[in-house]
Amino acid sequence: MINEQIARAETGAPKQAHDSSPGQPVRVNEDANHDLSIRVRDLNLWYGKNQALKNVNIDIFQKNVTALIGPSGCGKSTFLRCLNRMNDLIKNVRIEGLVEMDGRDVNEAKMDEIALRRRVGMVFQKPNPFPKSIYENIAYAPRMHDLVSRKSDQDELVEQALRDAGLWNEVKDKLAEPGTSLSGGQQQRLCIARAIAVKPDVILMDEPTSALDPISTATIEDLMDKLKQQFTIVTVTHNMQQAARVADYTAFFHLGELIEYNDTRMMFSNPHTKKAEDYITGRYG
Amino acid sequence: MPTNQIYLLFSGVLLALGLAAFFMARARASRLRENGMAMYAQPDQYAWFSVLTTAGPAVLVGALGAFVMLLIGAEIPTLYLLGASLVVATIGLLVGLMQVRPTFHARQAIEVVIRAVLATAAMVSIVTTLGILLSIVFEALRFFQMQSFWEFITGTTWAPGDSFLAAAGRADEGASAAQFGSVPLFAGTFIITLIAMLVAIPIGLLAAIYMAEFAPTRVRTLAKPVLEVLAGIPTVVYGFFAAITVAPVIVDVAGFFGLDASFNNALAPGIVMGIMIIPFISSLSDDVINAVPDSMRQGSLALGMTKAETITSVVLPAAIPGIISASLLAVSRALGETMIVVMAAGMRPNLTANPLEDMTTVTVRIVAALTGDQEFESAETLSAFALGLVLFVVTLTLNMVSVIMIRRFREKYRANDL
Amino acid sequence: MSQSFDEITAQLKRRHRKSARLKWVSMSALILAAAFLVVFISDMLIKGLPAFQQAQIQVEVTYSEQSQQMPPAAVNEDVRRLVSRGFLRTLPRAMKQNPELMGTTRMEWVLADSSVDQYLKGNHSGLKESQRTVVDKLAEQGRAELKFNTRFFTSGDSKMPELAGIAAAAMGTVMTMIVTMLVCFPIGVMTAIYLEEFATDNWLTQTIEININNLAAVPSILFGLLGLAIYINFFGVPRSTPIVGGLTLALMTLPVIIIATRTALRSVPDTIRQAAFGVGCSRWQVVRDHVLPVSLPGILTGSIIGLAQAMGETAPLIIIGMVAFIPDVSASFTDASTVMPAQIFTWAGEPDRAFVEKTAGGILVLLAVLISLNATAVWLRKKFERRW
Repeated sequence: MINEQIARAETGAPKQAHDSSPGQPVRVNEDANHDLSIRVRDLNLWYGKNQALKNVNIDIFQKNVTALIGPSGCGKSTFLRCLNRMNDLIKNVRIEGLVEMDGRDVNEAKMDEIALRRRVGMVFQKPNPFPKSIYENIAYAPRMHDLVSRKSDQDELVEQALRDAGLWNEVKDKLAEPGTSLSGGQQQRLCIARAIAVKPDVILMDEPTSALDPISTATIEDLMDKLKQQFTIVTVTHNMQQAARVADYTAFFHLGELIEYNDTRMMFSNPHTKKAEDYITGRYG
Repeated sequence: MPTNQIYLLFSGVLLALGLAAFFMARARASRLRENGMAMYAQPDQYAWFSVLTTAGPAVLVGALGAFVMLLIGAEIPTLYLLGASLVVATIGLLVGLMQVRPTFHARQAIEVVIRAVLATAAMVSIVTTLGILLSIVFEALRFFQMQSFWEFITGTTWAPGDSFLAAAGRADEGASAAQFGSVPLFAGTFIITLIAMLVAIPIGLLAAIYMAEFAPTRVRTLAKPVLEVLAGIPTVVYGFFAAITVAPVIVDVAGFFGLDASFNNALAPGIVMGIMIIPFISSLSDDVINAVPDSMRQGSLALGMTKAETITSVVLPAAIPGIISASLLAVSRALGETMIVVMAAGMRPNLTANPLEDMTTVTVRIVAALTGDQEFESAETLSAFALGLVLFVVTLTLNMVSVIMIRRFREKYRANDL
Repeated sequence: MSQSFDEITAQLKRRHRKSARLKWVSMSALILAAAFLVVFISDMLIKGLPAFQQAQIQVEVTYSEQSQQMPPAAVNEDVRRLVSRGFLRTLPRAMKQNPELMGTTRMEWVLADSSVDQYLKGNHSGLKESQRTVVDKLAEQGRAELKFNTRFFTSGDSKMPELAGIAAAAMGTVMTMIVTMLVCFPIGVMTAIYLEEFATDNWLTQTIEININNLAAVPSILFGLLGLAIYINFFGVPRSTPIVGGLTLALMTLPVIIIATRTALRSVPDTIRQAAFGVGCSRWQVVRDHVLPVSLPGILTGSIIGLAQAMGETAPLIIIGMVAFIPDVSASFTDASTVMPAQIFTWAGEPDRAFVEKTAGGILVLLAVLISLNATAVWLRKKFERRW
């Protein structure tokens, strides 16, 4: 059967990742958790008349790191933003298809996008701490969500989030300083701490290290590896080595289509499609 | 010969000399070039250079002469002055023609002159500020020679009524000595400004929030010009509106609640001034709110915040330096606003906190002092400059603080743009 | 561990309500601001539109020796107080110019007194009971009518409301604006060119920039003090004239033009300059041939806005005496003169109620001019807007 798929890929025909269940990765990682977190079926998205996503089918598993790779403009960030409806903020966007989480279609009219974003947090390409103190950057959202009532709970939550983000030791003595006073890598970890403080199920990361130096990048990669104990992480990356290093599953997008979705080791050692192979071996990108 | 004709003749001769310079220099340069000489510049550039050497020094001589006459009071007959100027022009013409040589960088020379002329124009703004400062300081000093500075700053009675008698040397005939205690004027200015800000800041800021964060594009494109119209209405018109329409309404409303309001109450000019300042606040705040990077909003929304929570806890705190800066500028405008208060506020210095009473402001007193029939030397006239000096210092300070704040705001978000 | 969507949604109700509240409150603020404008404009229209009409009555005018000596005798006793004194005053001259009028009696439409005008417009008037009956009767016979008030646009100021017009003030505004623009447009544009294209960033440039920003925020009345102390008292420029008014307003408008021109120059991309330098242009040639032509619409837009601002300014002009009473239209730069806003200010201070509609009428004219100027500026900006 694999041979048949390779043959199809080499002729360049559009390909579904798996025949029986189209959203399944080609090869399932035996060691990983297989509980479904988000199920996406036939997702299409248009910016005005421009179709940016074409028939995307994918299953995202809980407590794994799933990396989305592909050349720029391939729709990977757009896809990521469909998962917490951040695309709602852009005008002239039309979305069709199913994005299912916890048995609910996130795009249905009854779904409150605020509630969705409570459960699906996001970390952005450029660190964007709020113009507040380090402490407030983290305490702000949980307080608004009524996750904490007492001051001591709040202190505890802030400390826990900062510890989880590996930032506590660096900032514990300057919690009152503005978040913008930190270095770029620290700011990004602050943003991660901010996201995990509201205890989401899923954390989306949109090229979280692309604005950072190599050392900060390595720190964040280690952090992702740790955080997947508690959270489902979907990350967009430009950097294939990063996907190879941190992801359990990797999805390769090209021109709005999901070309291949596979166990990361398989993807990088033995891609099933020609396009993915060309991209991974650096023939274009 | 009447002066006008002299000037006309002068201009005509100068123009003729300039034209002659242009065509002679161009002809000369063209001839040189036809002879196959490589030249540094185009014939036209030599021509323009000659025009500059002809007219420039001549005009300078004329201007210098006029200035000397004004400053020192030396009498130079106009005819001689203009004659000298024309002689200079002729010499300039000859010099210009001599310079038509292949080795001369006419273009660079023109460039230097143009640069100098532009720089001179740029100096006008400095001269203007100096002019305001000097004219005010000078006359204010004369005022403080007559009146105690301490009295002026701390006195609570402003009664310049009889000062013209003192100026006429008949002080002893006056019933009472003039008093220049400016506290009631500043109190009145302060209260009217306060009322204006209470109207303008909330409405302007909220309107800006709506336009920047909620409004659909169509509403935005419609609302902006409407607010601009509000900003473009002359202050004298607002003054009329305040005095004729708003003040009687306030008197009626106050009467309805059993309160006694003056027709020159402080509320009417205050409210109308607030309306005038709304577009000022809203457009500056709109700019500032739009300058808050979108990544801030997205960061907050991605945490599951509602739009209002994002605005009040993230966008506005980020924009606050800009908003404060806009408000300071607005305060400075309200303090210096003249027509609305001249037409709608009272003339009587009145130290009170009741906005239903009439009170007067600094600008009203400046206008009153300078439109009366007093002699310029009288203490009352000069008091206008003392008040003007205070106004200048206060508005300048507010403006400086505001500029510094907005600069900090800009730098912060540019830096954060990585 | 985590809450379900339904649980979270249930908690969100209060927050959504709060969010909606901010939206409504902020929207009402904008509506309130727009409502102010509507109230204001309609108030001015209600008060000012009647000024464009003026009562005239048809009376018998007797041209005789007696009316030559004593003009009021030309009309009947019962309508004598109803006819404008301004009209009666012109009779002797009319008879001198047209001798054939002498000895005739004609029915003529003549300008009515302002009290008749106010009475016909339904306002409070100073007419006595008996006079009102006369006017009512005339109106019934079609001999008292409100007609278009051409005089409002053709004559200067007058103490008699029915004679007062805006022509002198309009002419004063035109003359003053000519002086203003002649002075501040070249200086403003040159300053902007210097700062944007020539100046290096040194302390002098910074001083100039700070200065311009400050000048833009200096209260306008202080420019009046400058005009009084420097122009009038020091240089001896004649008081109350368009030349001193124009020079004063020029300094006030200068920052507006400088800032607008700089913005326009800055929006020209550097690639254009580099291309021009690349083919060997000098700095001035680059500016003259490449930068200025494309930024001209922006400069013009800014100048028109500055002009509109100067046109509505009153405070500094009061200080330099441009609130003079000017009954005759004069087109000289050195004669005492008044401007539209100053005329509005003077009329607003007249105790006679009839001047309220004159004031509002003048305001309507001024607003119409200012709004069309601003609209022109917006149109220019739209038409020539260029995206690089």
